[in-house]
Order: sequence, then structure tokens, then C-alpha cells
Amino acid sequence: MSKDNQVLEELTSKEYEHGWTSNIEMESAPKGLNEDIVRFISAKKNEPEWLLEWRLKAYRHWLTMKEPTWPNVSYPKINYQDVIYYAAPKQKAKVNSLDEVDPELLKTFEKLGISLTEQKRLTGIAVDAVLDSVSVATTFKEKLGELGIIFCSFSEAVKEHPELIKKYLGSVVPMNDNYFAALNSAVFSDGSFCYIPKGVRCPMELSTYFRINAANTGQFERTLIVADEGSYVSYLEGCTAPQRDENQLHAAVVEIYAMKNAQVKYSTVQNWYPGDKEGKGGIYNFVTKRALCFGDHSKVSWTQVETGSSITWKYPSCVLKGDYSSGEFYSVAVTNNYQQADTGTKMIHIGKNTKSRIVSKGISAGHSQNSYRGQVHIMKRAEGARNFSQCDSLLMGDKCGAHTFPYIDVENNSAKVEHEATTSKIGEDQIFYCLQRGIDEESAVALIVNGYAKEVLNQLPMEFAVEAQKLLALTLEGSVG
Amino acid sequence: MSTLTETTPLLADILASIKPGAGLRADALATLEQLGLPGSKSEEYKFTPITRVLEKNFSFSDGNHETNISNIGKFLIPDLEGNILVFINGIFSEELSTYNHEELHIKPIDGKEKGFASLADFKSDALVAWNTAAWTSGVSLDVSANTEVHKPVILHYINDTTHSAAKSFTRNIIRLGKSSKLTVVEKQDTIGTHAGFSNVVTEGFIESNAELHLYSIQADGGKRFHFGQTTIWQDRNSRVNTFTLTLDGKLIRNNLQLILDGEGCESHMNGLYILQGDTLADNHTVVDHRKPNANSNELYKGVIDGNAKGVFNGKIYVRPDAQKTNAFQSNRNILLSDKATVNTKPQLEIWADDVKCSHGCTTGQLDEEAMFYLQARGISKVTARAMMLYAFAGEVLNTVDSGPLRNYFDSMISERLHKNF
Repeated sequence: MSKDNQVLEELTSKEYEHGWTSNIEMESAPKGLNEDIVRFISAKKNEPEWLLEWRLKAYRHWLTMKEPTWPNVSYPKINYQDVIYYAAPKQKAKVNSLDEVDPELLKTFEKLGISLTEQKRLTGIAVDAVLDSVSVATTFKEKLGELGIIFCSFSEAVKEHPELIKKYLGSVVPMNDNYFAALNSAVFSDGSFCYIPKGVRCPMELSTYFRINAANTGQFERTLIVADEGSYVSYLEGCTAPQRDENQLHAAVVEIYAMKNAQVKYSTVQNWYPGDKEGKGGIYNFVTKRALCFGDHSKVSWTQVETGSSITWKYPSCVLKGDYSSGEFYSVAVTNNYQQADTGTKMIHIGKNTKSRIVSKGISAGHSQNSYRGQVHIMKRAEGARNFSQCDSLLMGDKCGAHTFPYIDVENNSAKVEHEATTSKIGEDQIFYCLQRGIDEESAVALIVNGYAKEVLNQLPMEFAVEAQKLLALTLEGSVG
Repeated sequence: MSTLTETTPLLADILASIKPGAGLRADALATLEQLGLPGSKSEEYKFTPITRVLEKNFSFSDGNHETNISNIGKFLIPDLEGNILVFINGIFSEELSTYNHEELHIKPIDGKEKGFASLADFKSDALVAWNTAAWTSGVSLDVSANTEVHKPVILHYINDTTHSAAKSFTRNIIRLGKSSKLTVVEKQDTIGTHAGFSNVVTEGFIESNAELHLYSIQADGGKRFHFGQTTIWQDRNSRVNTFTLTLDGKLIRNNLQLILDGEGCESHMNGLYILQGDTLADNHTVVDHRKPNANSNELYKGVIDGNAKGVFNGKIYVRPDAQKTNAFQSNRNILLSDKATVNTKPQLEIWADDVKCSHGCTTGQLDEEAMFYLQARGISKVTARAMMLYAFAGEVLNTVDSGPLRNYFDSMISERLHKNF
């Protein structure tokens, strides 16, 4: 065996690096889902009556709904009674500072590379860490507070800013929006809340880090971002989970509400456990993300790098209601082994002169299936609306599939809509060119893939871009040859 | 599930109108009953409310009125010589047809033809099931190996709606032997002012190295409601060219499906729809690449005015074996009025890696700068607009070879754009 092959072999056998678990004392609800569980979660969080009512309404509506079957993915039927809907690190008393947090917990986040204390000092990113759907620590709170920015866990926000939560919860993604959003609305345990006041430019990146730790649990967190007039915020989201043989469910909701002249940039690097090489285990990632560009000249931009999860079902969308508002969607979705991804976006143009731009890059390798599903809808009154979409797919190997399902609905004759899509593989001549110059095949593929995804990676904040690039290379290791 | 399919009074009416048959007909009838008609949430009929529209305009159990047409001269395509086959309300008319058997075998269809109902899948589409259960006549066109048929076969689907609404169910089968060549032209026309419905299913078997040209003319001024399913199977090195021109009608739904089941196949699908009034034209196309080294190319263009609506869905499948496939698809639309809408869904599904596939689609309006350029040179706005639209249509029109057919298309489009070039 040549040396090259040995290297390849090693790389191929490299597995998910965040696959460890930590021994933290957990408190969890019994398995299953019924009204009592919803009440249990609500009681655990000391929630006001109206929120419990809201949850119960969502739960009752969920019971009448059917799981969607239209996504281009297949998985065994989920037994919703076999999931633990609430798991939280045991807290003895309310934690006031990081020093009082369980050291095991801090170690967990250190292993993930987001040492909460370190980060506080060095990088200047405010982090809200969510472990098994409960927010455990939020950094930089005071500094942000000086500017009037509210950045805290969802349950804290319910207690301290009930008027904001009451006003905006479910305003973008109603509780009965879809099957998984309804489920989330009923059982969400925590998440992040962020409010940027009028005219404030958030001085640092805000970030949420999600981790599923306990076995058999589902993670249901909810993020709500409200950007008041003329404000700006850049928000990051990252996620990992331990390696387990059974599938775990993650059904999150993200709502963004942008007012006049506000700008929100939301970046995700999704690295949930994708399952092993035979497709065993992994996270089911069923997420509803939607932004409402409510005010004129508002702007929301979604950037996502999707490398994890055994099944992804996710369509970050923008409702462009305000005149001159704009939405952007940049995505790189990589699937390897037996992963399946059905992801894309929706751009709903309602206001005049609204603009949207979609750049989606899919990469499939191994036995994976990668689908882009998107909609561009220009409503009747959206005079002068403009959309450009580009969806490219790259296939590596002859066992994988790439699919594109774009819906383009135009009801206004002054709209300009363009869509293009291509599917191809990495050119043999490109590889040959690299080999000739002494770059081995593995690096050549990483180089070409990075170049292919550059347009999207460039949109990521610096810290994430580096991580995303590494992640890309890692996910595709061993898929060539 | 109620929105996916519908069990409306219409379904009962349709089921009552179909004479119970045996074998395949009975099977299809049971399927239709079981499937129900497509509802508003049905993915394939999302933008085409065919069930609602038919319910409003037709009573199928009434049957067709007696018809007595002696002359179809005004429907003929000028200067085009060919084998003319005429169907009145879905019944083949021997008297009005003129054809000879020199180059090809033409006979009324009897449902016992080899491969009958093997391509058009009635198990998944209620309208195909309806046709399979209820077809009244049609032709079988059979070309022997190594034969080039010089005269085209022209199929006239005429609805006589003088006295009441007419419904026709036609079924054709086309078989091209090895290295043969045939041109088929389909044309829809109406006599009378009542509504007319046609449901036409055509299956084609193109053996190796054979070549089929298929033209469809849908410029029926009457109240035409049309469903068409054309499924063509291609063996190695065969070539298929299709051209669908839609100018008029109430609701036109064309399902066109090409199955490239041999190496080296070549397929071109072209379509042009210039719509006005409240016409709805829906083109659903499928190119199914099953074997390696095949090429397909699809170009559909639309100009939509008035209250009209254009729907396009183009699927390209590239199966795991179909390496070295080149598949291209393009759908471009111009919206002229503020009530015109277009819904398009170009869809790629690819399971093979060594392929080149792309699709593009645009929706927009006439380029203002180009309009200004022409007007600055003394060309009136109306003429400038017509010139630009003609040029836009030209890209598709140019795929038709010159001759009587091309002249006919040109004249129809000139008339629609109110301009003679």
C-alpha cells in the first residue's frame, strides 16, 4: 500500500470529533408527550399563565397535524412518545456568575472550543450556551446592557421582558405554522432572546451554541431576534451533539423581526452528529427559520454551512414586507455517507422594490442525497421586485444524488426574476492540474471545494469562516478515490 | 387528505359517464375511482385547478350531441401535404380523412397493440386513468424499419360544440421501426360556441436510430379545455424533436414525457406560449435519462398578457446508470400585463456524478433600453414591441425547419402580435 493510500485510510476512518458525552447531573422529564409534559415544562420554567396557554394551544393544534411527507428524505417513522422533551443540567441555586457554574459544564464547553471564560476575555463575542435545550450561561451581558441591548436566555426574557416576548413570540413563525414548529411551540425549553434598540449597532457578534448531551432527548430551542429601527446585529449559531446509535430529534424555531432600516445577519455552522459511516444514528434536524422584514429598507441575511445531521429539513426564509427591504440566503450544504438534506429558502416579496438573492451550493458524496428546495414568490403589489438565484450542485461519487426543486411564482409584471442551476462533478482536468503541481488528491479536492463554496464562505464572520473551511475539508475526507 | 384529491360531484358524474369495460378499462376505472380527481393541494396540479374548472363547465354523463360536419377545409394547414386524419368529438372520421398506406401503416386503434398503456402511467394520474377507461377512438401509426415517411401525419382533433358542450377522448400509439423517420402534427379546433373538452393520450415507441418530429398546435379560439399526455420511449441513438405552440384555449395542460432508454439518444423539447385573455397554459415536461451518453435540450418560452397564466414544470431525471449525460433546460417568460402570472418549477433530480446538467429560468419584461433604441430610430412603440416579442419567440421558432409548417407558425404569431414582418 502506498503512503498516499495510508494517509487516505487514516483520514477516512476519522470520525466525528465532537462525539463525547459529559457527565453532568441532569434533570429530565419522563419520556413521552402529553398535556402534562407541556405543563411540567412550563412549571419547571416558572412561566406565566399566558405562555402555558400558548403552549397548550400549540400542542392541541399539533395533535391535529400530520408529519410532512413532501421533503425528499426518508427515515423510519419517529415515535414522538419515545422522546424526552426536557433535560436540564441540575441547578442547585440561581447562578450569578460564571464562577458558580458547574465546572464539568464549563469543561464541556471548553472541549467544544468555546470556553466561556476565555471567550469573554479574548474574542469579544457574546455567547449564550444552550445545553440540552437549556441556556446555561450568557456572557457579556452587562456590557451589552449599557447599550440597551437585551441578550439573554429565553426563560429569563419571559421573566424580565414579558411585554416584548408577548408581542413578538410567534409573530413571524405562528405556533401552527407547520408540524415541527407547532411541536416546538408546545415543548420548547429554552433558547435565546435578543433585542437591539433603535439606532444601536451591536458592537460584537452575538452567538448561541447548542449542544445535545443527554441520550434519548430531543432539543427544542427557540430563538427570537427583534431588531428595532436602524439597528444592526450579527448573530452566530453553532451546534454539536454526542455520538449515539439512536437518532435524536432537534426541532428548533428561529424568528427574526426587522423594523425600518434594521439589518440582521444570521450565520449558522451546523455540525450535529451526522451518524456513522453506515448511516446509524445521527440527529434529525427539522428547523423552521423565518425572518420578517417588516419595515422599509430592512435587510436580513441568512448564511448557513450545513455539514452535520443525518437528516436536515430546513428552509430559512424571508418575508419582505417593507418597501425596499431585501433578503439574502447563502448556503453550503455538504452531505456524506448516508446523510440526507432537503434545504433551501423562501423569499416572499410583498413590498415594492424588494430584492432577494439566493446562492446555494450543494455538495454530495458517499451515499448521500442533497436537495435544494426553494421558493421565490413575487406577490401582486411587489412592484419592481428583483430576485437572483443560483443553485449549484457538486457530485462526488456515483452513489449519491443531487436534486433541485425551485418554485418561481411571479404575479407582478415589473418583477425581474432569474434562476439558474447547474450540476456537475469535480473536473478530472482540475484534479490533474493540482496533482501535477504536487498537491495530493485529498488536498486538491479540499482546494476545489473551498473555491466552489467561497462565495458563501466569504459571507461568514471571520471566526466562523475558518471553522467552516476546516469543517468542509473534514466532512469530505475520504470521499475521493 | 381532502385537498390532495377530491371526490366531488364531478367524479360521480365522470364515473357515471363511462361505460363499464373489461380488462384494462375496468382496471383504469377502478384506479380513477380510487385516486379521485386532483385537488388544490395536489403537487402536480397546484396551479391548474382542473377539477374545479371542469366541474363548472361540463356535465359528462350527458354525452355528446349528434354531429354532422362535412367540411374541415378552414382548419387545414395551408400548403402542407400530408396524411390527414380527422377526429370529431373523439371519433375517427373515415370520410373526412385522406391518407394512404404506402409509407406507413395507419389503422384505428383497438387497445390490443403491443405496448398499449405501458408508457402512460394511469396508476398515478387520474386524468390518464380517465382516458384509459373512456377512450373512444384513435390511431395506431406504424412505420416499418428503414422507411422514411415523407408526408407528415396530420391529426385534427375537432370538437363540434354547435348544440352543446363536447367531450372527446382520444388515444394514439406511434411505433417507429429501426432507422425510420416520421413527422406528426397535432392540431386542435372547435366548431360552435359551447365549451369543449379533450383528453388525448399518445404513446410513442421509437426504436434504435429512428427519428420522430412531433408538432402540437393549440390555437383553438373556442372554449377549449385540454388535457394531453404524451409519453415517448426512445431506444439507442434515436432522436425526438417536439414543438408545442400554445396560443389560445381556456385551460391547456400538456404532459410531455420522454424516456431516454438507450445510449446516444438525443431529444429536443421546444415550446412557445403566447397567451392573452384568460388562457391558462400548463406545460409539465419530464426527461428521464436512463442510459449513458445521451443528450437532451429543452427550451420553453412564454409571453403572457391580459389575465393569462403560464405554468411550467420541467423535470430532468438522471438515473444512476446514465453517466456522461448532458441535459439542459431553459424556461423564459415575459409578463406584459399586471394581471398576468407565471409559476415555474424547473426541477433537477440527479443520481449520476459524471454529468453536465443545468437549468435556467427567468421572468421579466421587455428591455426598456432596447425599446428606447428602436423608438429613437423612428419605429413606433407598437411595432418596436412586436419586433422585440417576435425576436424573443424567434429562438424557439427557429428550431422548426422552413417549409409550409414554419410559414404557418410565422403567420399565426404575426397575427397574434398584430404585425406583419
